[in-house]
Amino acid sequence: MKMELIQPFIGSLDAVLAEMMQEPAKIVDLTMEVEGYRRKGTAAVVTFRGQIEGRVILDMDPGAAAHVAGCLFGSEVDSSEPIVRETVCELANMVIGNAVTQLNDRGFQFKVLPPEVLTQEQCDKAGNDSEATVLCFETSNGRVYLNIAMKYLQRRTRERSAVPVA
Amino acid sequence: MKQFEALTRKQGSEPVRYLIVDDSVFARKSLAKMIESFGGQVIGEAGDGCTAITEFSRTKPDIVLMDITMPQMEGIEAVERIVQQHPDARIVMVSSVGYQDNILAALQKGARHFVQKPVKPDALYEIIRYVLNDDGVTATVGAAEEKSR
Repeated sequence: MKMELIQPFIGSLDAVLAEMMQEPAKIVDLTMEVEGYRRKGTAAVVTFRGQIEGRVILDMDPGAAAHVAGCLFGSEVDSSEPIVRETVCELANMVIGNAVTQLNDRGFQFKVLPPEVLTQEQCDKAGNDSEATVLCFETSNGRVYLNIAMKYLQRRTRERSAVPVA
Repeated sequence: MKQFEALTRKQGSEPVRYLIVDDSVFARKSLAKMIESFGGQVIGEAGDGCTAITEFSRTKPDIVLMDITMPQMEGIEAVERIVQQHPDARIVMVSSVGYQDNILAALQKGARHFVQKPVKPDALYEIIRYVLNDDGVTATVGAAEEKSR
């Protein structure tokens, strides 16, 4: 997968975590995966369609997810509470929305579908169709993983329009 | 959360009334908390565009905060339908997706402003203040400077 597709997600996750967790996050690992996804904590998936198709999974250690939800409520939140899953879905929405906005500015056109809580069935399917890049970020409340699987379907608008007519 | 100088309606210094439209409970709670810090009152919530139209007619809010990507009916279509029925509706789009095309489409359908998630309270406060004063129907009371408590 090309770095130009991944870089916006790194910057976006960094910015969203800084805003929502009020602390910086640093990348501690980057791996490639081809098998079904194994969830680490509370995870949400966002699918996008357009000139690039794919999906991105945001997976948070229970402590990290509960910390963000707790920041909102001003008190401790148990990681098993439904609001924690909602929190991860909305964080995924923000991270992916901001990243695809940057890609859109570079000429790619996307349609982003609403985030969904990642089920075990989706985990099993997640690695079947394409190779995924997995980024691991570390925060003081636990790790946050971003699993990105995307493929080009069409060239960018500006590249297509640059092709000379025979 | 920081507290802001209260934004109030022009007549009678009543709190500004808001309708929040977002399919995410987290986003609705987060926006409601910001509105509280602006001295506002949340008079309705909706999780999709269809419900937003009904809730708007029922509650007649001063400001609508509207997400774009939602199930059933997306925010831009909901804006179009609300503005057709209520041309004075003041709708601020709040979305993580900030495509130029999306922003333009929302503004063309009648939205007044756009703010990208994650929402910074200071930015949303200024945008709401601007939208409220834009048509002179409502106005702020007191200085706009933020005060920390």
